[in-house]
Amino acid sequence: MTLQWFKTWEGLLLIILAITLTSNVILAPEFLTLQNQINLFQLSIEKIIVAVAMTFIIINGEIDLSVASIMGLSACTFGVLVNNGFGGGSAILLCLLLGFVAGGINALLITRLGIPSLVVTLAMLIAFRGFARVLLEDQGLKDFPLWFNALGRDGFLGPIPLAIVVFIVLLVAGAVVLHHTGFGRQVYVIGTNSDVARYSGVNIAFVKTVLFVASGIVSALAGLFYAGRLASVRGDAAFGFELDIITMVLLGGISIFGGKGSILGVLLSILIVLNLRNGMALVNITGHVQTGVIGILLIASVLGPNLYEHFRKTKLT
Amino acid sequence: MFAAFRKFHPQTLRLIALSLVLLLTVLFFTSQIDNYFSPRMLSRISSSAAVILPIAIGQAIVVMTRNIDLSVGSLVGVVAYVCGDFLASHQSLHPVLFVLLCLFVGGCCGAINGLLVSYGRVPSIIVTLGTLALYRTFLVEYSDARTITTDSLPKWLVDFPSSTLFSIGPFEVRTIVALALLAALVAWLTLSRLRVARQFYAVGSNPDAAVFAGINSARVVFWAFVISGMLAGLSGFIFLAKFGNITVVAGMGFELKSVAAVVVGGVNIFGGSGSIVGVLLGTVLVDTIDNSLIRWAVVSEFWREALLGILIMLAVIADTLMARSFGRLKGGNT
Repeated sequence: MTLQWFKTWEGLLLIILAITLTSNVILAPEFLTLQNQINLFQLSIEKIIVAVAMTFIIINGEIDLSVASIMGLSACTFGVLVNNGFGGGSAILLCLLLGFVAGGINALLITRLGIPSLVVTLAMLIAFRGFARVLLEDQGLKDFPLWFNALGRDGFLGPIPLAIVVFIVLLVAGAVVLHHTGFGRQVYVIGTNSDVARYSGVNIAFVKTVLFVASGIVSALAGLFYAGRLASVRGDAAFGFELDIITMVLLGGISIFGGKGSILGVLLSILIVLNLRNGMALVNITGHVQTGVIGILLIASVLGPNLYEHFRKTKLT
Repeated sequence: MFAAFRKFHPQTLRLIALSLVLLLTVLFFTSQIDNYFSPRMLSRISSSAAVILPIAIGQAIVVMTRNIDLSVGSLVGVVAYVCGDFLASHQSLHPVLFVLLCLFVGGCCGAINGLLVSYGRVPSIIVTLGTLALYRTFLVEYSDARTITTDSLPKWLVDFPSSTLFSIGPFEVRTIVALALLAALVAWLTLSRLRVARQFYAVGSNPDAAVFAGINSARVVFWAFVISGMLAGLSGFIFLAKFGNITVVAGMGFELKSVAAVVVGGVNIFGGSGSIVGVLLGTVLVDTIDNSLIRWAVVSEFWREALLGILIMLAVIADTLMARSFGRLKGGNT
């Protein structure tokens, strides 16, 4: 690791992360306890699980705004199913199937009809959220199987809950697929230049379909974790999560125009966002200010390097 | 039968299709709901569309330049709250000055977006995703958990939404509706007639060509965001007048509504084309469905969002298929 590495995006993020961690440790002694570390992940676990799938989609040059609505719909469907005599296991399978279908609809409209993903998933954001509200109207549902709630909250591997284990597995699998397989290279090349990809014989429709279906299934799974963690659902479950998820991915150096970025960057950005929120919560800064700070960080992380580049160039000429 | 269609520009054809869908929607609900086609329903739908129309126009101009403005919802909230708060403590402020103040505050916030996008070279989706959160945070901090109530506002503003500019038979046109329509008219005339405004289209349809034609595209994009901010200011004013009681969640989710109206209205999401008439029709269609479903006994009101999402999807699918078959028609002739 040379000095040059710190000038890359990941290097910059690592420095920001180090600053955040150091100030957290100084400001709040309870920060370093294992329980706080687990809490820190648990509080946003659904978002960071979906962020892994979103990374692929944005590198591919697309966007999926419907993820939070699929999460909500999956959580609500689970609630309705178990309250109507379905077993927990079959309800989980049906919810994952729902995610598969939802992602499939997105993929079909994007690849077959050629409608921009921004438009398709925006409409689906509204529609899937609408279905969730139709299912539950204005009531809340609880009475989930006890083992289901336990999976959402309690330790699975020692003190680590199942959702965190799933996140780590997804992240590692994601890194391997994206950076070390032919499929991963295809994801990049489509995002960089889809014409080049097509003339090189890449099956663009296939790659995009896989990504959107995967995003649907992962979102449905995240919705189930959300339901388990809170042990109840309402029609507005996971509402507005898409913005947080996209923020984490973009802060991780994934270019919104596609073709650039790495899983490592997204992991660092996730750690920064989680630690920043946690640190601010430990010193009693409210949720709204936290959101604002992350908003500033998002803009600054792109603006900073741009300005640096600009001034360097003007100095030279 | 297609021969007749060939006389029309695809853009015109799109508007005709959209008008037909709107007409069918109204006819459908007229047959379903008693007393639907009434002055009350018209003013209900039109005054709810009046809040969205200005931000939809602003969004359309931004989208034409190949950008997006996701901060408009937060902006509407900021303008409605901050300006409302100012008016509550300065009761004697002249109404016209107050509207200008709303436009100014909105325009300043829009200028921040514009500066970051044009001169900071940060993609608009990143900038406005950030300011969406930032402006809302500012509002929550500024408000200190207070609510602006109708009682604290001057009488002219409270009476404003129920005031009627003119009536056609029993159908009244509210002043706030006229205000929103005026904004649409001005936008339509300038965008279709003024050379300066054509630059929005030029930058969006081919940025390289625009630069070669001597257009300062950074400046054009900057102004698109300023205009979007000012129009969000106008929406904020109408929102304040219409509801009177303003909390920190004012205007939340409006960014999606504005994008929906723009997309249904046939503005190309990749920039370069779109008309204000389409945006007007799109806004009215979305709001008509939204307001009518509440009164439709067959489905519960919880179906509103689901049907709205499906409708937007259907509109876009129809649009795509139509554009495709139109292209084939043309291709077959040459």
